[in-house]
Amino acid sequence: MGDNSEAREAVGEYKAGWHDPEDSTIRFDFGLSEEVVREISNLKNEPQWMTDIRVKAFNHFSKRKMPTWGNMSMLEEIDFDNICYYLRSSESTEKDWDDVPEDIRNTFERLGIPEAEQKWLSGVTAQYESEAVYHSIREDLESQGVIFLDMDSGLREYPDLVKKWFCSVVPYSDNKFSALNTAVWSGGSFIYVPEGVHVEMPVQAYFRINAKNMGQFERTLIIADKGSSIHYVEGCTAPTYSTDSLHSAVVELIALPGSHIRYSTIQNWSSNVYNLVTKRGIAHEKAKIEWVDGNIGSKLTMKYPAVILKGEGSHAEVISVAYSGEGQHQDAGAKIHHLASNTTSKILSKSISKNGGRGSYRGMVTVSPKADNCKLNVVCDALILDEGSRSDTYPTMEVANATARCEHEASVSKVSDEQLFYLMSRGHSEEESLAMIVNGFFEPFTRELPMEYAVELNQLMALEMEGSIG
Amino acid sequence: MTLLEIKDLHAGIDGNEILKGINLKIGPGEIHAIMGRNGSGKTTTANIIMGHPDFEVESGDVLLEGESLLELESWERARKGVFLSFQYPQAVPGLQVGNFLRKSVASIRGEEEAKGSAFRERLTKAMEALDIPRTFMSRYVNDGFSGGEKKRFEILQLMLLKPRLAVLDETDSGLDIDGIRTVSEGVNAAIRGTDSGALIITHYSRILEHVQPDMVHVLLDGKIVSSGGPELATKLEEKGYEWLKKE
Repeated sequence: MGDNSEAREAVGEYKAGWHDPEDSTIRFDFGLSEEVVREISNLKNEPQWMTDIRVKAFNHFSKRKMPTWGNMSMLEEIDFDNICYYLRSSESTEKDWDDVPEDIRNTFERLGIPEAEQKWLSGVTAQYESEAVYHSIREDLESQGVIFLDMDSGLREYPDLVKKWFCSVVPYSDNKFSALNTAVWSGGSFIYVPEGVHVEMPVQAYFRINAKNMGQFERTLIIADKGSSIHYVEGCTAPTYSTDSLHSAVVELIALPGSHIRYSTIQNWSSNVYNLVTKRGIAHEKAKIEWVDGNIGSKLTMKYPAVILKGEGSHAEVISVAYSGEGQHQDAGAKIHHLASNTTSKILSKSISKNGGRGSYRGMVTVSPKADNCKLNVVCDALILDEGSRSDTYPTMEVANATARCEHEASVSKVSDEQLFYLMSRGHSEEESLAMIVNGFFEPFTRELPMEYAVELNQLMALEMEGSIG
Repeated sequence: MTLLEIKDLHAGIDGNEILKGINLKIGPGEIHAIMGRNGSGKTTTANIIMGHPDFEVESGDVLLEGESLLELESWERARKGVFLSFQYPQAVPGLQVGNFLRKSVASIRGEEEAKGSAFRERLTKAMEALDIPRTFMSRYVNDGFSGGEKKRFEILQLMLLKPRLAVLDETDSGLDIDGIRTVSEGVNAAIRGTDSGALIITHYSRILEHVQPDMVHVLLDGKIVSSGGPELATKLEEKGYEWLKKE
């Protein structure tokens, strides 16, 4: 059973499902109020404008209704009064792993983060519950003026830059969960790449929830100045608990003229985590934004990485995969708005559902009347592995300019017995054969990932295929 | 010891009996051919030997070197040395040819044989023999392959997997004369001069001009109605199958 057993040894059942003792230094009571919001801001010694925006966002959150798409019955189950909105386990953000509290350091070592950092990353930030516990960036990048900080440090050290761009792409009033995030955000990454600087190796953020009933609300802001480029990678895991946790992030990308931002995510939350995330970027003239988005874990994910093509000749790509197993609903997709002429976009969405899991592609592409000669291409493929699993596609295209060239393809397929028999006749067990088909289906996605992530994703999928043959 | 023995095999699909008592013995180093028209049970025979889950064996046995295969999964049979060259090889989009070959060799021949320069050399040699360009390695398994490419790829797998018994199901169909010659050379290289054996299933005698069989069997309505040397194939080509019915 070559590959499978290796994968099982390497990753265990849900490999990241263990938890540490909850030794927090500051822990808020469950539930949310204006007082909690002010207290978080106070604790962080924030400028008044940030406190004000948090409070406004909280008021908006309180009034705002739940989204009316996705999985409304699952959303209604979220108990906002039974979530801890702020939890600090370490006094400070360290630059040396040796200074990180031992429990937490061990956790990240088990997740392979320090090792990956040494081998192939330009910088790492590791967030545990509400705060970043470790942060570092390669010196050569720092000397070129690249800023890579956790968001709280970013606000302290570069308040003007943060004030200029914070909420500029995703206003707090965008949706209920962007309001919640703006009210109680903590941690996340702040990145500024100066004009013309290319960050060759990826920088990585790793988000870990450890406590029960935890809410993690990181906030990420990436600004790529003219002609610069950066690849940001994020990973995330949590322990498996019987009660639910909430992860609700907001990510804002600003790609100034001629720059290139690639943002890759492998989301592998445990199956008790609600993952309700707003991700959006603005691409200026001839800039390029790519979202590479893999959703493997979580209970319910609702996430539609978006790009606003504001500048002429800008380009957007959203490549995503979603795997929905038992009890999971991945409601994922993409949003692209062509506001300027000669802009191009490409959406590739691949979803697999198994054991009653549900995958939905929800996409929106718009072309404004003033945007001439836009090209857009949408491909969504679904693979259903058994009866009772479900796949839906909700594509929307609003094209208000007749010069646009639009292509849309969708397919739903099942694994055929003949395919399995063919692979099995070459010495591969039924599970291995299924994993080959599944990994092949995801290949257009995995080839976009750094190799280390591609290997990990293939191993994860091999593991998910175990015991799936009835 | 007999390499492959089929004993009074009755088998079918969806409750329909297709094979009605087949007996066949192939010794080490032998190449046998089964000829017959559409619907005579040729592909059923191939599927039963490889263990296709849709086919049911009612009675009889299929033995490889004295050991029954019938209780084994198809992947277990493959690891024991059974190989099937498919009439309709399946596409697996996203699965790269090179990667797939290495994994298949590793699971059937063992990890050692799938590693390093020795494997690459063997692969390069086999590809040259089959006129397969290097770019083939990065394509996806049978995805968008022409009929001829699919058949060449099956024989490439045969040459690398070095099975004890190779069953070739209509490997010649969809190939031109040059294709048949190339593929036949591959089969000869894999089987001749070894103690492995092959069962070639075909409509036509053309491939048998290049891969000289030791025995030819004629399958008609689920039974072997005639067996003989290579001359039987020539006779069938000239006279068709009708004369057998009359006898």
